[in-house]
Amino acid sequence: MSVPLEAIGLSVGYEVKGQAARHVASDLSVQLKAGEFVCLLGPNGVGKSTLIRTLSGMQKPLAGRIRISDTEIEQMSPKEKARAVSVVLTDSLPQGMFDAYSVVALGRHPHTSWTGSLGDKDRARIEWALKAVGATELAYRQVSELSDGERQKVVIARALTQETNLILLDEPTAFLDLPRRVELMRTLRDLARVEGLSILLSTHDLDLALRSADKLWLLDGAGKLTTGMPEELALDGCIASTFTSNEVDWDSEQGAFRMHNHTCATVSLEGNGAAAVWTRRALTRIGYEVVDNADASKLRIRIVETDGDLNWDLETNGEVSRKPTLQSLVRHLLGQEHIGLSERL
Amino acid sequence: MPGSDTSSSRNALLFSILGVGVLALAVANVCLGSATISLGDVWAALVDGESGSSVTRQIVVDFRLPRAMTALLAGSALAVSGLLMQTIFRNPLADPFVLGVNSGASLGVAIVLLVLAPAGVSLTQGLELSGHLLVVLAATGGAAVVLGIVLSFAQRVDVMSLLILGLMLSYAVGAVVSVLMFYSMAERLQSFFAWSYGTFGNVAWSHMRVFGACIGAGAAASLFLCKPLDAMLMGERFAESLGTKVKSVRILSLGLASLMAGTVTGFCGPIGFLGIAAPHLCRYLFKTSQHKVLIPASLLGGAGIALAADLVAKAPGFDGALPLNAVTALVGAPVIIVALIRQRNLRKAFG
Repeated sequence: MSVPLEAIGLSVGYEVKGQAARHVASDLSVQLKAGEFVCLLGPNGVGKSTLIRTLSGMQKPLAGRIRISDTEIEQMSPKEKARAVSVVLTDSLPQGMFDAYSVVALGRHPHTSWTGSLGDKDRARIEWALKAVGATELAYRQVSELSDGERQKVVIARALTQETNLILLDEPTAFLDLPRRVELMRTLRDLARVEGLSILLSTHDLDLALRSADKLWLLDGAGKLTTGMPEELALDGCIASTFTSNEVDWDSEQGAFRMHNHTCATVSLEGNGAAAVWTRRALTRIGYEVVDNADASKLRIRIVETDGDLNWDLETNGEVSRKPTLQSLVRHLLGQEHIGLSERL
Repeated sequence: MPGSDTSSSRNALLFSILGVGVLALAVANVCLGSATISLGDVWAALVDGESGSSVTRQIVVDFRLPRAMTALLAGSALAVSGLLMQTIFRNPLADPFVLGVNSGASLGVAIVLLVLAPAGVSLTQGLELSGHLLVVLAATGGAAVVLGIVLSFAQRVDVMSLLILGLMLSYAVGAVVSVLMFYSMAERLQSFFAWSYGTFGNVAWSHMRVFGACIGAGAAASLFLCKPLDAMLMGERFAESLGTKVKSVRILSLGLASLMAGTVTGFCGPIGFLGIAAPHLCRYLFKTSQHKVLIPASLLGGAGIALAADLVAKAPGFDGALPLNAVTALVGAPVIIVALIRQRNLRKAFG
């Protein structure tokens, strides 16, 4: 069986006139298999978009080859390319006085004659694509009236309409809220499985990528690409080394990044359940280190529940004051001189 | 309109209204003028040939008819040309002359009228060309030179740079023209100004073949670009991902637009406004950016505006006439302003 997308010794970057070419990533050899849903992750500015553009044949590689279903991409005509790979770029939100249907119908361009008139097969594919992304009811709305998220759906439906085995998307989730992002990722993953499509998508949403991708491609600042199963990359520290900076740490037990806490005081916390979890988060956010041992700290907070009401008892040097809300507790603590907030900032 | 029957029947209605309107305006153009000729007399002059007064026949056949036809063709050409430019540059302010074709044409004309003529160079006699045809050739030649320069860059730079390049070239060529004007005598300037006001009245039947062929070819060829132009409106990368040969479409569109605009400028002088306004009016009427609707709509709409403007310029019932360029803007600008304010469709149409 042919490989939908294969890069061999690929170097991507820009030719700059009169200077040495700027390499974004070098010597990549990687494959995308049929039915595989892959997320491309990497810190900002590392060249994810450049890699996607290069893999789609829109930008010339500095070195190496790209093969789509065993055909060299350079030997394909624009039309053949458009039938083999569809691309959703960050700058391709639809414009103009078109209804959503017409925009999605643009995806049939590589399949229709010069007049662009649609046959039954074309219409069926358009309706299928609209349904697949949950945009059927948007079909006859003008794209200018749609929200960014709705337009994003339309653009993805357009890519599906193109009827290619390979779909490359550059940050398709950027404009979407969390539930919509989850929805979209699930839709794309299901399409990959059910239709046997190969989908590569770049994203900043590590958490979501970890939860939905079959495979991750990690592009680090040095232009090195590491690929593997999400869970394995989390375990062996690759994710940590790709992303870790001075400000954040990878927490491999939580499977998430944690901000460096520049703690300036400790506080002990007594309590349990959701109230304790969110109190702890609030305290950490404003710069406290939360400890369990009450003796280790001058400041003690106890969450007490009376008649279904939550109260926060704050004990400082033996004095106890009762705070009726988390907000009032935080405000009180921020007002304390010894936090040294001004020093931190 | 795929899948939506209401808008396709609405479009059919709009197209028939536009078609009938253009026809009516063309007839009005033939009948009205400094002397009003009744429909019956026009019919007699055209069909019966010999019967009827020979003066009427001469006015209708030799003046009114070619003038109406010129207006029709020129209006269509400028409108489609403007539409192509607006799509390729994805800019609502683009018009047929953004690449500097009209400044090239005016330099050509200025050289003939302001430099060669006073210097006593009489090409007209040597080559047995009429004075007007010489102006036409100079204008077309000037336009072609500028177009050649701009298009030679079209492969290498992006569209925004191309737009600015055209603008700069226009300024530079315009500056040369004003230097020529600065050193010219008043009566010479008068003839140059006369050209720059624009008129549909200078294309005789003998020139119509060339004029009509250039515009007909340009308009017909632009119809083949409907599909790629829709994709181009979303951006060149988007179009490329759909298999559009972006660079070819760009060069072809700019070339066709400039061929049509250059031809009109050569024969009729620089006619402003129409090319920028007609596409906007068509978008407002048809509420779509699809080129398979907008190109035919612009052909009709542009023809209609040009015929209406010429009707006003001829000032029927009065002695004398108004400069065509002033009329197109004075009549057209309020229409467009109202359309835009009511629809705010400029933002819609260009994101």
